[in-house]
Amino acid sequence: MKTFSYVRATDVATAVGAIASEPNAKFIGGGTNLVDLMRERVESPDTVVDISALPLTEVEELPGGGVRVGALTRNSHLAAHPLIRARYPVLSQAILTGASAQLRNMATVGGNLLQRTRCPYFYDDTAACNKREPGAGCDAIGGFTRGHAVLGASEACIATHPSDMCVALAALDATVEVRSVRGTRRVPVDGFHLLPGATPHIETVMAADELVTAVELPASPLAANSRYRKVRDRASYAFALVSVAAALEVTGGAVAGVRLALGGVAAKPWRAREAERVLLGAPATEESFRRAAEAELAPAAAQPHNAFKIELARRTITATLRRLLTDGSAA
Amino acid sequence: MISVRMRVNGSEVSVALEPQVSLLDLLRGRLGLTGTKRGCDQGACGACTVLADGERINSCLALAVQYEGRDITTIEGLARDGEAHPLQTAFVRNDGLQCGYCTSGQICSAVGMLAEHGAGAPSAVTEHLCSAAALTDAEIRERMSGNLCRCGAYNGIVGAIQEVVGKEAVR
Repeated sequence: MKTFSYVRATDVATAVGAIASEPNAKFIGGGTNLVDLMRERVESPDTVVDISALPLTEVEELPGGGVRVGALTRNSHLAAHPLIRARYPVLSQAILTGASAQLRNMATVGGNLLQRTRCPYFYDDTAACNKREPGAGCDAIGGFTRGHAVLGASEACIATHPSDMCVALAALDATVEVRSVRGTRRVPVDGFHLLPGATPHIETVMAADELVTAVELPASPLAANSRYRKVRDRASYAFALVSVAAALEVTGGAVAGVRLALGGVAAKPWRAREAERVLLGAPATEESFRRAAEAELAPAAAQPHNAFKIELARRTITATLRRLLTDGSAA
Repeated sequence: MISVRMRVNGSEVSVALEPQVSLLDLLRGRLGLTGTKRGCDQGACGACTVLADGERINSCLALAVQYEGRDITTIEGLARDGEAHPLQTAFVRNDGLQCGYCTSGQICSAVGMLAEHGAGAPSAVTEHLCSAAALTDAEIRERMSGNLCRCGAYNGIVGAIQEVVGKEAVR
């Protein structure tokens, strides 16, 4: 790993001031993604601003029943928090299916939002990658594509977003609070991550000098009846092939409310709005669930090795909704 | 060079480090605590697991400078008054190892795992997130999935942990 200047920030104003004044600087929180990428020479900041001591670790109830989560809350602490388990079980489950217990103890909520793709061509600095080096080309296209995107990919990039937590946040309509020397702004999580288009190196709407300070979960009676289901190559500690975050409310046998998001299929957590549209008001039956899943996956396009993901996503959506209908919440 | 102070296995440590030095390299290279192992060096195998303020972490992905003021426990710090930690004894008795390379990480991880479970933390296989989960074999396997064993001593590892869980339940 290349050496770098190290700055330890003790308050948010100092942290955003330091990042704004240093060219090629990066924040470090838990370090689980950045240290790995620096060792692999994918990231090589000249300055690292350590934010791990900032007072952004509160999980607090908001007036009206929402919850505000400090960006430096550890993934494990958020998953185990009684408010999250009871009101947003899909979020607890999603976090608990991600990484390992050791990594969840280190990784922060802000870092999880900003983690970078696990595309092997992105990690391999002898491969061409438009994300790592804009304009270099993409060796994943025409390469081994089993883990790659089936929705929202482009001719420049077919990588997927690796997070489980973010899939739940997408289903929950969370808001991300970011701060810089210019002030504070709030971004809906569905608009936070970007599809690759012609600029896959631009992954979020954040500027290089902005810091994630919090995530806010809106109050939602629907969210309490929610689940996360992840399908992967081994039973634990693997990235998703496909995952589904779902919340469901049924009244008089019809779908009165539904939230669906997919992981492992696109460069961002994929909010399944078309499936939600099909389901709303429809009878809460296996047939409706399957029809909604088919509608969502209609625009999907497979790479040579990942056509299985399209049917897997349909089945996982259907199975997750069926489970919510028969067994209820994961809480 | 950055000066860093922390507690390691109960002793105050004060060192000057380059910022890219991992906690793993500090422990092994500077402090001579070679019980903690380097496996993958990318957070995938768990051989480097240590406890930071009682929580298990991968020391290979930890920059040592970020652990200023923290309390680190490694496999060398688990014994009390010359007596091995109950998990150390149970790993030996249950054949929870063959080559032993992952064992320090497995045992530190198991210490952290039992503390998490004791504090009521659920896992990905917990049936109801808001109810306490009994430490079944399935729960132990899920909670220990961050520690790989290439020899495949998993049955012995689960058995060792179950033995300690059982004794604590009796006590």
